[in-house]
Amino acid sequence: MSDQLVPVSEIQSADDNVPRWGMAIDLDRCTGCEACVVACHVENNIPIATEDDAAMGRSSHWIRIDRYYEGTFPDIKVKYRPVLCQQCDDAPCEPVCPVYATYQNAEGLNVQVYNRCVGTRYCANNCPYQVRVFNWFDPEWPEPLDLQLNPDVSIRPGGVMEKCTFCVQRIQRGKLDAQAEGRKVEDGDIQPACVQGCPAEAMAFGDLTDPESKVSQWAGVGRSTQLLGELGTKPKVFYLEKSD
Amino acid sequence: MTTLAKALNGPHRRVREDVLHPLEGLSFWYLASAAFFSALVVGALFSWGCQIFWGIGVAGIRRPVFWGLYIVNFVFWIGISHAGTLISAILRLTDAGWRKPVTRAAEAITVFALMIGGMFPLIHLGRVWLFYWLIPYPNDRLLWPNFRSPLVWDMTAIFTYITGSVLYLYLPLIPDLAEMASRSQGWKSRVYRLLSIGWTGSDRQWHALERAMKLMAAMILAVAVSVHSVVSYDFSMSIAPMWHSTIFAPYFVAGAIFSGIAALILVMFALRKFLNLGRYLRPLHFHNLSKLLLLMCLVWLYFSASEHLTVWYGNEHIEMAVFNARVYGEYAPYFWLMVACNFLIPFILLGIRRLRTLGAIAVSAVAVLIGMWLERFLIVIPTLSYSALPAAWGPYEASWVELSITAGTFAAMALFYMIFVKIFPIIAIWEYDEDVSAS
Repeated sequence: MSDQLVPVSEIQSADDNVPRWGMAIDLDRCTGCEACVVACHVENNIPIATEDDAAMGRSSHWIRIDRYYEGTFPDIKVKYRPVLCQQCDDAPCEPVCPVYATYQNAEGLNVQVYNRCVGTRYCANNCPYQVRVFNWFDPEWPEPLDLQLNPDVSIRPGGVMEKCTFCVQRIQRGKLDAQAEGRKVEDGDIQPACVQGCPAEAMAFGDLTDPESKVSQWAGVGRSTQLLGELGTKPKVFYLEKSD
Repeated sequence: MTTLAKALNGPHRRVREDVLHPLEGLSFWYLASAAFFSALVVGALFSWGCQIFWGIGVAGIRRPVFWGLYIVNFVFWIGISHAGTLISAILRLTDAGWRKPVTRAAEAITVFALMIGGMFPLIHLGRVWLFYWLIPYPNDRLLWPNFRSPLVWDMTAIFTYITGSVLYLYLPLIPDLAEMASRSQGWKSRVYRLLSIGWTGSDRQWHALERAMKLMAAMILAVAVSVHSVVSYDFSMSIAPMWHSTIFAPYFVAGAIFSGIAALILVMFALRKFLNLGRYLRPLHFHNLSKLLLLMCLVWLYFSASEHLTVWYGNEHIEMAVFNARVYGEYAPYFWLMVACNFLIPFILLGIRRLRTLGAIAVSAVAVLIGMWLERFLIVIPTLSYSALPAAWGPYEASWVELSITAGTFAAMALFYMIFVKIFPIIAIWEYDEDVSAS
């Protein structure tokens, strides 16, 4: 019996030609190496917190590895779960924003408009996954990381909320490249940085409305679950894990 | 003294002497305490300046506790604001004779508490200089605020409430302002005259004033109830554990009235002591208000118990994490102190008639204020600290910025009040005249 409350086959876009982006993560393959975290930082110009700030809970990761321990030492088992924005179809963060800084776009992305955000942080309180990241100060990078910022991604000022975008800049690039070559976007054309960086190939990204896509195939298996799906948020990230 | 004052005799004259006396002169202790409170307020403004300059990170809020003391104080002060309007409006509508020395003191609390409380959503913004984006104003890009957001409801409610309470404070002031104009000279007289908007005391004006006050009393009652309901919606509309609760709206309204009465009692003690108004603020007033406080204490217990009992019995694991942190865990000392302050102390001191002395009433009022502040703290912090995913749990510790701003707001309340009693009579003179004439 699957924990998946909204079967992947029921996810649809308003228009047949519009994709609905989603992700599947195979927890049985994840080694917890955090390569996805590093790749995400590099791709998305995420500031790097100092040791003190991190200890205080001010680290900014758009994707993080949650660790859960089972058993007692020495007979202990660690479970890793990469947690990123679940791009919920019924996202609790969206209605509470007083200035429409976060909303659902046509492709099912829960987008964040940095310039519109005034920093009430209500969205972050209402996100059960705690994947929203706040800029407590203006961003800074230790040298020489300040020289390698990605020109495709804007720098967010202090006082603004941010979060995983499914690498919207890569989605845009993929669509433009396909358009220039006069073809449709094919499965696998677009890969967010975390998916690309995963050495265990534990992550799949693609269009959930396409039943042939890798992500739909993965999300449709019996091991597929959704995180806190019982809250009715309809996440578009699926976790594959064997039940024990 | 002017000829008008001389012409008055007996009780009319005595009321004026007693009530207008505090408006004259500035004693050393007045100036010293005003300087002390001003220093605290300046300190708070400095801290806020630091926060704007360096970033909101100078405060202690952090993931996952994105709302900290600012929101605690916001809810607390909006609660205090219920002292005035609600109590004075109820007493006015029911025509309770003993209300007369109490109403203006209460209405002033409302206005000042709202001014202070209304600042906190701004202080807490990440980019406060853009706060006007929450206001639905016409603009080039046709951008509107999100009317689905409880924060927009909240802002609307508080704007309505502060407008209503300023009017509600102002209306009964008008006859007194006209009298002040005739009693003072020079620029003061002109200012009072201007503020009294042409009051001559004709029958027509009295009728209009009576009707306006009745109307405002009825409207402000509805607004007051809705405001604290909307404040509670900031929490209960979310899906956070122990926030998403249907009891929150009445629970917040009851809590607000509870803390509002306590604040009013405390202010009345201060007025009685520092302005020598013992003849007007008599033990009767304190006893009547303390009975109201006792009633609200029981209502608070009922709501609190209902809230916690349902969560505990439901035993839902995400909510139980918050419940356990509150009742047994990290926040248990605050929780049990709150129970003592909000229930045990006022219930024992006010419930047993032999113990219900003026001193006991003062102690209960202080206890209730502490308890209600703790209640706000216990609502805001543990829920955020123990959110749905255990891997994302985290603690909260306020920084000097939040503490300084918190201290500054209490000082601001005292300062506003001190300034108010020097400019306006704190007891409605004309309402006394009515009494005297009637008898």
